[in-house]
Amino acid sequence: MNNISKIETKALDLFYGHFQALKNIHVSIPPQKITAFIGPSGCGKSTLLRAYNRMNDLIKGVKVTGEVLLDGKNIYSSKMKLISLRKRVGMVFQRPNPFPISTYENVAFGPRIHGITNREQLDNIVETSLKATGMWKDVKDKLQISALALAPEQQQRLCISRLLAVEPEVLLMDEPCSALDPIATAKIEELILELKKCLTVVIVTHNMQQAARVSDYSAFMLLGDLVEFGETKEVFTNPKDKRTQDYITGRFG
Amino acid sequence: MNRKLINFISAFFYTLTGLACASLVIIVAIILGNIVVNGISHVTWEFLSTAPKAGMAEGGIFPAIFGTAFLVLLMTIAVVPLGVSTAIYLQIYAPAKSRWVHAVRMAIQNLAGVPSIVFGLFGLGFFIEFMGKGIDKIFLGGELYMGQPAIIWASLTLALLTLPTVVVSTEEALRVIPKAHREVAFSLGATRWQMVRYVILPQAVGGILTGTILAVSRGAGEVAPILFTGAAYYLPYLPTRLNHQFMELGYHVYVMATQSPDVDATLPILYATVLVLLTLTFTLNFTAIIIRSKVRRKLKIGK
Ligand SMILES: Nc1ncnc2c1ncn2[C@@H]1O[C@H](COP(=O)(O)OP(=O)(O)OP(=O)(O)O)[C@@H](O)[C@H]1O
Ligand SMILES: [Mg+2]
Repeated sequence: MNNISKIETKALDLFYGHFQALKNIHVSIPPQKITAFIGPSGCGKSTLLRAYNRMNDLIKGVKVTGEVLLDGKNIYSSKMKLISLRKRVGMVFQRPNPFPISTYENVAFGPRIHGITNREQLDNIVETSLKATGMWKDVKDKLQISALALAPEQQQRLCISRLLAVEPEVLLMDEPCSALDPIATAKIEELILELKKCLTVVIVTHNMQQAARVSDYSAFMLLGDLVEFGETKEVFTNPKDKRTQDYITGRFG
Repeated sequence: MNRKLINFISAFFYTLTGLACASLVIIVAIILGNIVVNGISHVTWEFLSTAPKAGMAEGGIFPAIFGTAFLVLLMTIAVVPLGVSTAIYLQIYAPAKSRWVHAVRMAIQNLAGVPSIVFGLFGLGFFIEFMGKGIDKIFLGGELYMGQPAIIWASLTLALLTLPTVVVSTEEALRVIPKAHREVAFSLGATRWQMVRYVILPQAVGGILTGTILAVSRGAGEVAPILFTGAAYYLPYLPTRLNHQFMELGYHVYVMATQSPDVDATLPILYATVLVLLTLTFTLNFTAIIIRSKVRRKLKIGK
């Protein structure tokens, strides 16, 4: 096993029924870096992201061919246990979506379903996870209050904490800031940069500045193709493909 | 001229609709007033806690209250798990919009439209004659034990009658739970059962409770389904086994109103019994309404 890629995508095709949403995708996601997927709406960014923790399995009529190797092991092989895969590869969604239960219970949800029942242990996990997202100070006195009472930014932080509580190795984020205002966005971006110290992050974003600000690598997608992949600086300043250039310059005039 | 006519018509309909509402309120007030005025003086602790005496012209209604409570309890034990599982299956497990789901929904809707006397006949035919007699034949060599009218059969019949209520209100509660919550649960590695158990059910508790209370209040007021399946005219003992018959408030009202040897003498007791029955069902309905509005409000804050 080499350390060059955390997730290696090989010849990945994905069909929704007869519609091919991903076409022969090859890409290597490096460990402990932030990789951004960019591209116009409907190009398959979310689909590719969801292929990494097999969330597409939940949709009827989805067919996948090719390989996705997580630390060298194909996640689509029958040997891969779905539950442990999803524990290792977690997902943050577009809208903050805490469960309508207390902040504490939200964070404890993951550990609980994975069999941790010891109260002390749970307390520790909750504290560590909330500290990791920098919200412990703000919520430590109101852990038992409904998570829905939190502001959107705090809710999204909570969702990330909830995920960290199961100790994932990879964080998939599908436009995690698109429901937030600019100040909250900046704060979440800061958090993402912080998280990369111990995690591999893949982020889908519509916001080109955001991709440029936070990501180390970028992948540009178009109509189900992965057009270009490289260091973010390269992709943004010196794109090799004409289509990438058109998209980037088109966006910024 | 034309203008006047229009004004007249509009005033006419205004008055008409207003009168319709007023007459409704008046009718309800008359019914309730009549019952309360004639019944209240008879509702005493003794009335609630003793058995009928002297051919129902004296004494209380305790056996009927006890029977109703027991009956409805058994019904609840049967209908809630069945109704909740059906709703969960329809909303969560079954492929959406499949023909099978459609068929189940149709069946439930039709069930809700069946006259209650038909449930009574079904209970007699299916539970008593088929199941009860069948059990007797298989396990007791034909000795009569379960194959007769009994509280278990009556409660199961009522459970069928109230099944749509529980299914519909549970489904309603499940429908408003954001789909994202299911995805989140899965993305954290939950199994489908864990998702249902820890994400869906806790959020549906309000709806399940509402449905249960509505079912109980409906079940407590129905006479036709228990007519042939277990209700007794008079019993000298309280039902303590599943194959006992039982007295029930609604049926007791019916018996006193139609079968009493001395109608005038039973009249005050009759009023008092109706008052008790109405209080019971109104309280249950009212509780259901409060719970439902509380749950709705909570959901609104949520999204
Ligand atoms: N459940 C589905 N069934 C059928 N087609 C789908 C489904 N989900 C997505 N698609 C299609 O697959 C293509 C890729 O969708 P995807 O959501 O991955 O795009 P995206 O790049 O994330 O777009 P956006 O930026 O708008 O989020 C689109 O053409 C979309 O219509
Ligand atoms: Mg998307």
